[in-house]
Amino acid sequence: MFLKLLELFATFFKIGIFTFGGGYAMIPLITEEVLNKGWMSKDQLIDFIAIAESTPGAFAVNISTFIGYNQQNILGALFATVGVALPSFIIIIIIAKIFHHFSENKYVIGFLNGAKPIIVGVIFSVGLDFILSSVFGIKEINLIKNIIINWKTIFIFVFVFSLTRIKERIHPIYIVTISGILGYILFGIL
Amino acid sequence: MYLTLFWTFFKIGLFTFGGGYAMIPFIHSYTVTKYNWISEKEFMDIIAISESTPGPIAINSATYIGHKVKGIRGSFFATLGVMLPSIIIIILIASFFMQYKENIHVEYAFKGVRIGVSILIINAAVRMFRKLDKNILSYILIFIGFTLLLFDVLSVIYVIIIGALIGILTQILAKQRGEEDVS
Repeated sequence: MFLKLLELFATFFKIGIFTFGGGYAMIPLITEEVLNKGWMSKDQLIDFIAIAESTPGAFAVNISTFIGYNQQNILGALFATVGVALPSFIIIIIIAKIFHHFSENKYVIGFLNGAKPIIVGVIFSVGLDFILSSVFGIKEINLIKNIIINWKTIFIFVFVFSLTRIKERIHPIYIVTISGILGYILFGIL
Repeated sequence: MYLTLFWTFFKIGLFTFGGGYAMIPFIHSYTVTKYNWISEKEFMDIIAISESTPGPIAINSATYIGHKVKGIRGSFFATLGVMLPSIIIIILIASFFMQYKENIHVEYAFKGVRIGVSILIINAAVRMFRKLDKNILSYILIFIGFTLLLFDVLSVIYVIIIGALIGILTQILAKQRGEEDVS
């Protein structure tokens, strides 16, 4: 069990180091680690992301606590969460102590000029991957010929997507609630 | 003082839904307006630093402001404060959710929820795209990041490192060219 706790800590520490640009930038890293390590299925991970988006606090802390708890109960939650927070904690203290002009350093600027667009591409890719999986039942990109055309999932996608285009500043918790209600009506009642 | 730091950031962690950027106004009203722990300019600096360092903005700002007020121990209490509400709430929800996840009614709802979450992720990418400097390099990098990950060519961390290296190289080359132009 101790080894598993260490693995949780190390995995989330690594994720913490490479998360630039807030919560959503973390999703590609988490998805890859969790699926490669076989901790849970893609659907289950998306469920966890939904709950982490709809509860108070920082998404990064929420999702790490959730996955850690799922793997190793309360100790797992603590190891994962401390792991994800520690890189920022250490880096910020170093900056606060000695490196005040950090954001104006030319290497830092160059680093971010390159890292930020590539992260945007990576997030697009994961978003598309999740849509292929949740709307069309395509679990892996090379299985794209196994596409399932289901009017219910397509309806939910079109409805919720249009909603977010009409009202851009709509809170994630409403999106999660509305799509959950639609899912329940279309799959459970109809 | 440690207790005030802890308690203030505990409230910030408890009352902000959606994390990250939703927290900025809260952090501002407590730490700048109410307690005067940091100045307006320092607050802007913290936002800039948070955007250029890894990790969630909640933890970055709690660590920085805690340090400013009471050194490393201040950082510790502020960061603990901002994280604790999430940890408690998620553990409660998780223990509840694990019992019901096999429930067929929950599964129906989550078939919809998964689609909603996928849309949230695409929208987040669109928002981040709008904030980028639009130039040839960033379009190429977006394309590279998208393709490498979609077809599982490289793992995410290597993709980010490639982007960062290209960014640093471009910065150095641009600088050299700038200096040649001057001379």
